[in-house]
Amino acid sequence: MSIELGHFAMVLAFALAAGQAIVGMLFWQRDSVTPILQQASLLTFILVAIAFAALLQAFALSDFSVALVYEYSHSQQPLLFKLTSVWGNHEGSMLLWVLILVIFGAALAVFGRNLPTDLANLTLTVQSAMIAAFSGFILFTSNPFLRLSPAPLEGRDLNPVLQDIGLAIHPPLLYLGYVGLSVCFAFAVAALVSGRIDAAWARWVRPWTLASWMFLTLGIAMGSYWAYYELGWGGWWYWDPVENASFMPWLAATALLHSALVMEKRNALKVWSIFLAIVAFSLSLLGTFLVRSGILTSVHSFASDPTRGIVILAILAVIIGGAFVLFALRANALKAGGVFAPISREGALVLNNLFLATGVVAVFVGTLYPLLLEAMDGQRISVGAPFFNLTFGALMVPLVLLVPFGPYLPWKRADLSGVVQRMVWAMAATLVVWLIVAFTLQSGATLTTLGLLLGTWIVVGAAADILDRIRLGRIPLGESMRRLTGLPRTAWSTAIAHFGLGVSILGIVIVSSFQTENITTLKAGESLEISGYTVTLSGSKTYQGPNYVGDAVGFAIVTPGGSNAEAVSEKRVYTAQRMPSTEAAITNFGFSQLYLAIGDQDESGAWVVRAWFKPYVTLVWIGALIMAAGGLLSLTDRRLRIGAPKPARTRQKAEAA
Amino acid sequence: MMRRLALVLTFLLMLAAPAFAVQPDEVLADPALEARARAISAQLRCLVCQNQSIDDSEADLARDLRLLVRERLVGGDTDGEVLQYLVNRYGEFVLLRPVFALHTLILWVAAPLVLAGGAIGLVIWVRRRPKSGRSNASAGPTDEELAALARLTDQSKDA
Repeated sequence: MSIELGHFAMVLAFALAAGQAIVGMLFWQRDSVTPILQQASLLTFILVAIAFAALLQAFALSDFSVALVYEYSHSQQPLLFKLTSVWGNHEGSMLLWVLILVIFGAALAVFGRNLPTDLANLTLTVQSAMIAAFSGFILFTSNPFLRLSPAPLEGRDLNPVLQDIGLAIHPPLLYLGYVGLSVCFAFAVAALVSGRIDAAWARWVRPWTLASWMFLTLGIAMGSYWAYYELGWGGWWYWDPVENASFMPWLAATALLHSALVMEKRNALKVWSIFLAIVAFSLSLLGTFLVRSGILTSVHSFASDPTRGIVILAILAVIIGGAFVLFALRANALKAGGVFAPISREGALVLNNLFLATGVVAVFVGTLYPLLLEAMDGQRISVGAPFFNLTFGALMVPLVLLVPFGPYLPWKRADLSGVVQRMVWAMAATLVVWLIVAFTLQSGATLTTLGLLLGTWIVVGAAADILDRIRLGRIPLGESMRRLTGLPRTAWSTAIAHFGLGVSILGIVIVSSFQTENITTLKAGESLEISGYTVTLSGSKTYQGPNYVGDAVGFAIVTPGGSNAEAVSEKRVYTAQRMPSTEAAITNFGFSQLYLAIGDQDESGAWVVRAWFKPYVTLVWIGALIMAAGGLLSLTDRRLRIGAPKPARTRQKAEAA
Repeated sequence: MMRRLALVLTFLLMLAAPAFAVQPDEVLADPALEARARAISAQLRCLVCQNQSIDDSEADLARDLRLLVRERLVGGDTDGEVLQYLVNRYGEFVLLRPVFALHTLILWVAAPLVLAGGAIGLVIWVRRRPKSGRSNASAGPTDEELAALARLTDQSKDA
């Protein structure tokens, strides 16, 4: 398959999607259009898949006559990195973005067969309009299929930081999350156009939100772990604008997940949920824009080009602006739904949304205000970790305190004292654990103990929620066990996701408060001490890798318990671009990690060694995995699958009434 | 052209850069003073880097700033004086936590205002809503319909 075939398929996909969007806009009310739109979506998917496969093949075969392959690949790369180099650059990553967009378009066509005609047509139309816009963007400003003549003999290689298994996992996951929100967006626009906004809408949107949220959670966690082990200074979250760009859609998707629950169960918060669906995808697009436009420079921006930024900005303005105008025009037509008392499950979810939405604002302002200020009067300020830790952290404290209450509260109206009574054991257990910890640490009300209290409270609260549901201790044990197996999956998924949040918080608090560091120089045979671990530099050697020259330094580790471990830390220089990169030696001890990174070797042959002991650091990511597992479990709930035909009945009733 | 220039620059910077942030020879003998130096470093931006603090950065400039911070601390400056000294030299851009002033007002108050506004809005919304759900029942499925749906879709277990 030649690259021209891919190019041709991409042009066809663009034309087909554009045609599909036009047909959809004109005839969305007709039943007969649905199969046409669905088949067009499937065909677009096949065409873009061909285009992507052509590019994959060009990279796999190191066809340096393709400009992109020459710029970002090297013939000596291992095959996996040749393939991941496809999206280790602007053009290829945009193509991956569009590939995922068409995958979701095809998924809509396949899974949306139960949707009412207008919703089915409108969602596919919105999706195809976006596919047309972004595939046009690729073809006209960021074409990955261009040839070079004469073809160079060797490629310029990929940025060494990106030559890692992380590049195989992080961008696809994150894009699945970002782009998955486009389906929620399409549903929101379809709802506004057709006026069909009800509990059934929330049920249709929920699996898409859940899936996107899950992928975003995994993608962000993966990115964080990648930065942690690859960048070589042991940090796992920098409040970098690019990280914020992925964090904002996650916060909005989390809020949407919770508000859609209220909409589904109680038919309330409709306007707000639609608004959130638009905001969540807008933030995804904004993230793409910020990263791709070159406004922000970071490891993610590869080689950015300002003219592309302007085109993306224009696409953004049309998509986001259009949606908000539509929202402004139509939102008033929406009627308020079911009512509820302030103290109720709905009330708790509204508060959740208030704090999450404010969190989005805090991150948004912190990320964009410096750009705005500089554009307005040229004044340059920096907004970094200390600012976000303060503002965002303060916002999350009350939210986290409230999390365990939510699942306990019944819908519509709750008796707070009764709920507190049911939670009294959870509160007592939290307090006991916390007192033990605070006593051991010999410290009073510090940020550390507050953080530990919050983390413990969520973990205990999530477990207590399950125990409360099976009425452990209040009814015979056998009966409780029977209830345990009969609990609906949504109860489990809520508890698991909340539990994961608590685990992450505990990891964050513990590692931020108690990590230790030792920076020194070591010759072979010398050792350093860190948190009771003895690390001895056993030796070093220089070796030739496939496309780099590496220095490998071996360490022998003796744990406080007396057992032994080995670790190798590396420093590499990639030959094509002469770019250095570090490979830290990370050794797991339970949930904790010993992180060893090497620096330069001085004339006497001693290595600069930087060692950290990071207690319970893996909990940060394990917590995220648990959260995603909760999302996955909720996604398998049979109610979501059989939920689709249900709304037709609601509709008939509504029409009859 | 620009891209090539950027690559050349990166290349030169990379060659010049030592592989680490804080180097062993920078560390002060007095642990209390060193701890203060580290805390201050975490609040200062490496001016030539992408959103990194000088504590994390590998660039030569960051090293110079780290040494400068330690020099001032050894010389008896308070933490505030060290920060002020650096702001005087490099401008506010060096601070990762912006000052609270007129030009950063929006930055600092936006989130608290949204939170307060949202909370007030919620209170008003709750108060102004009709006490009974019957008046606008036509807006969506009634409780009976929802109950029927719940039976159909197993929802009852979740109550």
